[in-house]
Amino acid sequence: MTTGTAFWYASRATGVISLMLLSVVMIFGILVNRQGRLPGLPRFAITGLHRNLSLLAVTFLGLHIVTAIADGYAHIPWLSTIVPFTSGYERFWIGLGTVAIDLVAAVIITSLLRDRLKASLWRAVHWLSYLSFPVTVVHAIGASKDLQSGWLLKLTAATVLAVVAAIGYRVTESMTDVPRADRVPEQFDRVDQEDTTRSLR
Amino acid sequence: MTERLRVNPILCTGHGLCAELIPEQISLDEWGYPILSNEPVPPALRKLARRAVTDCPTLALALVPDP
Amino acid sequence: MTAAIRDNLTNAYNATTAGAKVGPAGLPRLLPATGQPMELAEHLRVHGRTPYRGGAKMLIHTIESAGLTGRGGAAFPTHRKLTAVASQKGSPVVVGNGAEGEPASDKDKRLLWFSPHLVLDGLQLAAEAVGARQVHLYLHREPMLEQRVHSALAERASTGLDRIAVNLVTAPHRFLAGEESALANRVEGGAALPRFTPPRIFERGVGGAPTLVQNIETLAHLALISRYGPAWFRSVGTKAEPGSMLTTLRRADGSGGIAETAIGTPIAELLRLAEHPARAVLVGGYHGAWLTPEQARHLTLSNADLRPLGAAVGAGVLAALPADRCGIVESARVVRYLALESAGQCGPCLNGLPRIAATLSQLADHRSAPSARDDLARWSQLVERRGACHHPDGTVRFLRSALTVFADEVALHESGRCSAATTKPFLPIPTASPAYEQDWS
Repeated sequence: MTTGTAFWYASRATGVISLMLLSVVMIFGILVNRQGRLPGLPRFAITGLHRNLSLLAVTFLGLHIVTAIADGYAHIPWLSTIVPFTSGYERFWIGLGTVAIDLVAAVIITSLLRDRLKASLWRAVHWLSYLSFPVTVVHAIGASKDLQSGWLLKLTAATVLAVVAAIGYRVTESMTDVPRADRVPEQFDRVDQEDTTRSLR
Repeated sequence: MTERLRVNPILCTGHGLCAELIPEQISLDEWGYPILSNEPVPPALRKLARRAVTDCPTLALALVPDP
Repeated sequence: MTAAIRDNLTNAYNATTAGAKVGPAGLPRLLPATGQPMELAEHLRVHGRTPYRGGAKMLIHTIESAGLTGRGGAAFPTHRKLTAVASQKGSPVVVGNGAEGEPASDKDKRLLWFSPHLVLDGLQLAAEAVGARQVHLYLHREPMLEQRVHSALAERASTGLDRIAVNLVTAPHRFLAGEESALANRVEGGAALPRFTPPRIFERGVGGAPTLVQNIETLAHLALISRYGPAWFRSVGTKAEPGSMLTTLRRADGSGGIAETAIGTPIAELLRLAEHPARAVLVGGYHGAWLTPEQARHLTLSNADLRPLGAAVGAGVLAALPADRCGIVESARVVRYLALESAGQCGPCLNGLPRIAATLSQLADHRSAPSARDDLARWSQLVERRGACHHPDGTVRFLRSALTVFADEVALHESGRCSAATTKPFLPIPTASPAYEQDWS
């Protein structure tokens, strides 16, 4: 086994792990937004895991990128880490990966600088994470044949399903959210329903 | 310079992390919204206070200088 | 300002007022004595043209000497507000606040209808004093009143009275629409919802600019002081609280209306309590406080007398509850209204006020739970000072005064009785229904 092949295996492995981690991060992000709880976990753990797992994901993503470029066979230039569709090898699929890196980098950097940025800017960039996920998945399926068969295909399908389910949960729940301006009438209705004294009459 | 915690009640949606992280300074009312202590943040708790501020999902919590 | 500069300015002022008109003796000052709306021609004949000073800040010292305080409810020293805004970086904005919000108060509408030119003079003079280049007049949506103001502005434009064009901004009929930060949001084009402060509006208000928000009655007084001087202004009222103010009176016999009165006038005199005995007296409107008749008999309409009892002059609302009405029933209706008027932005207010209102209503209906008093006390503590604005605080002040002054009534209601002859409503409350999104713009 040449060094090239070792790097190539490492890149594929770290790529799969990055995808899994990013999926979990997305699910946790949705949990934070909906004030969801996981049994046994305090609320700050949900936010904490969302943040810490994202940093872990970035680490594996970094390894995935470095090993892919270090591998001699594919000849992916360093430029391709930031500029999409500049790789000679598998230009389109790698290009998508670059797009995903750019999006994730924007989300991570703005989140690290969250205290210093305008909240509206941070929020706008954070929405890009919903774009980065499908881009990552398509890149993952197209850039190497690994995920197109066998247990990796099943794993990818399950992961994608989990994220889609989480997104579905967020969307349906938010449709039942009381719009801010209707909150007062809703509270009055709620308090009326809580009124236990009516039965005293 | 002493500091104290301050919450923006319009941004706050009652996630409640802050009360878990720094119960010495923040407790939750019966509706899940934070009740802040009148006392400034003691130096020993400063790190926890900063974490609560950073972790707040709606950026409603702030650490401000004690006037 | 050094003593030398102040002396120079005073000398200059005395020189320019050497030939000035003498101010109206006694009352009324703000409202025309004729009882007819004062048109521009009459206004110019009686008061003369707008007495611009010729530079920023020059009027402020005069206002300080006069001791003018805000007539919108907070009684904040006007010269300090002017100075604060004038000292900020950036071009200030001035807004005349005519949106009283308070259902029990009509004085701002009356003032604007009968003496629009005093208000508009004051607006221009305040703008000059703080160096503003943007001026707005803010009032509740009211087609006839808006029409009147538009005509007044057109008349002034044709005689070149106004140096800065006045932009009319209308507000929804909501209790909080006249709140300073809600006003700033509305003038910017958004919904009239309060903001979280800091930064305060005088630092960063409309469009991020330092903004002077002044009740229109205060502006009218300012317009008169700039013509007739501080000594004239102080010729009525008390030493600590000089001048006159507009009050909205509701006596126990149903009589009342708007009256301009000297600060420090006995409340019993204004409400004619001797002839029309009351069960209780409400001072300061729906964010004010109830007083017992005994208290009211000894007090004057002044913060010096009222503050020690937890009340305040506010925007001059005085209502005497007739002896045949129930204080708890009236208070429950007011608190329900206040709860419906919550902006719904802050958790404690949104959750606490409807529950407080419901419990008080249950008490009024003789069907309260045994824990009612404890619940009310607990919720009052939970909502106080935990909102972005002072709506929960004012509501709690009103509630606590009701539970104190009507303590006997509370006990009666808990045992299924009531000492009142009728539950017919006395205090004015708009048809209270929950507000939806479009109602805030």
